[in-house]
Amino acid sequence: MPVDKSTVIRIAQLARIQVPEEELDGLAEELSNILGWVEQLNEVDTEGVAPMSSVIEGMELRPREDKVTDGDCRDAVLSNAPATRDGFFVVPKVIE
Amino acid sequence: MVAFTDLTVADAREGLAKKEFSSRELTEAHIAAVEAARDLNAFILETPERALADASASDARRARGEAGAFEGIPVAIKDLFCTEGVNTTAGSHILDGFKPPYESTVSANLRGHGAVMLGKTNLDEFAMGSSNETSYYGPVKNPWRRKGDNRPLVPGGSSGGSSSAVSARLCLAATGTDTGGSIRQPAAFCGIVGMKPTYGRCSRWGTVAFASSLDQAGPMTRSVRDAAIMLGAMAGFDPKDSTSADRPLPDFEAVLGKGVAGMKIGIPREYRIGGTDPEILALWDQGIKWLEEAGAEAVEVSLPLTKYALPVYYIIAPAEASSNLARYDGMRYGLRVEGENPIATYEKTRAAGFGAEVRRRIMIGAYVLSAGYYDAYYIKAQKVRKLIADEFCAAFEKVDAILTPTAPTAAFAHGEKSGDLIAMYLNDVLTVPASLAGLPAISVPAGLSSDGLPLGLHLIANAFDEETLFRAAEALEMAANFTARPGDLTA
Repeated sequence: MPVDKSTVIRIAQLARIQVPEEELDGLAEELSNILGWVEQLNEVDTEGVAPMSSVIEGMELRPREDKVTDGDCRDAVLSNAPATRDGFFVVPKVIE
Repeated sequence: MVAFTDLTVADAREGLAKKEFSSRELTEAHIAAVEAARDLNAFILETPERALADASASDARRARGEAGAFEGIPVAIKDLFCTEGVNTTAGSHILDGFKPPYESTVSANLRGHGAVMLGKTNLDEFAMGSSNETSYYGPVKNPWRRKGDNRPLVPGGSSGGSSSAVSARLCLAATGTDTGGSIRQPAAFCGIVGMKPTYGRCSRWGTVAFASSLDQAGPMTRSVRDAAIMLGAMAGFDPKDSTSADRPLPDFEAVLGKGVAGMKIGIPREYRIGGTDPEILALWDQGIKWLEEAGAEAVEVSLPLTKYALPVYYIIAPAEASSNLARYDGMRYGLRVEGENPIATYEKTRAAGFGAEVRRRIMIGAYVLSAGYYDAYYIKAQKVRKLIADEFCAAFEKVDAILTPTAPTAAFAHGEKSGDLIAMYLNDVLTVPASLAGLPAISVPAGLSSDGLPLGLHLIANAFDEETLFRAAEALEMAANFTARPGDLTA
């Protein structure tokens, strides 16, 4: 089984998702099943193949003109925030 | 005359142009249909007041002689498209209360062409699912039932609210998004047309991201012509999306009626995948005959890596999702569950805000991107993706389009497949390869199963050759003459 309980804990930390203790075994099994299934890709010879990150090969990403296209919309940016004060996002205390 | 809700987009366009009826009348009929069909749970949010205001504005524009290409047509918008000032949920708890201060390019284009918005349709959470069972807002019902069996069925997914709404005549057309089959499979399950354009045709700007190298918006309609009309009103170059294709938009509708005489249609033998319903294989054979009778030549092609497309997809899509969904941290919008420190706040927010399937896919993605596994999983998948795309390129040197079934089965009941993840993933086995290669593809309703459910056939064309795709799809549509509608069989 590629994924054991301690691996699930490590992945959950990487993904910043709290996983209750009682769900760890089930998740280990599910993730193992999926990863075991995708490992069939090892049957394919990919020697010398360049990995494809985009289907639009050969297309250069367009640089845009270096000018301001946005801004002056503080209230719109903050309008969906769970907590704001004086025109800022309020977040949990980061520095003790 | 035909009921307003039974019109095609093309019919409605003509009736509106001839002033036989107004957009307001057309819209009122659809608002009533939406309200009467709430049991389907196709909509997360109905926007009747907005629809009436849109319709009146449309009628006023028409009176001034300013009608656009989609003028006055009532549509439903998948709730993955951000709509300015109108709640957008992506089917997730984590976007609670989110009112975008901007409009997605696709929905803005439709608006710009005169479309009327009836509401936001239900979907699998963050478009991750093939049955619309992962939505925080509850499952959607397919308007179709099996003959002699009144159990509700899934509409497919992830664009299940859109497919259900179009099939049940709640709107003339709806937007969908397709990452691995999320337009085409629900279209097949609900007996409608669903089209995924070439990657880059429709802007991704303002559409909630799932897997950015795969996500494409497209039309869901009741005819091929309607899909061509609607794509023209959705697509186009957008400087705000770095992968948007900067190329002219053809008049997709203009190619209709040209037929398939002389066209070469590829039949990939590797799509005869074990587990496919024999009735669907028979329909596929029928589809080959239909296109031959219309003057096309069927040519066998080989796409040997087809069976690896799904495992490639289940590495690449979760990897991109884990990265895209990192933004949901409870700080700037949506749900926040307070913890004792910032990290605990992130972890609690994401645990409470994401459903089980989304959490699972984020974790798979985090795993395949993590140190020590990146090359073995993620890079390996990208290499196989390249080989799959190359196989299609080679096939399109010999053929103009490829014909396959859309999905290995007809619609199934709620809960029937949710216990087995890989069985659920197999719904997309026939649609995922074209997604990985970024190719345009369409599902056309082509027949009924012996228990009375719609079945779709699937066409794939070369990149940016939607015109060939629409021509072949229209030929298939004419030959299949699919006139069945939900409710006919169980009424």
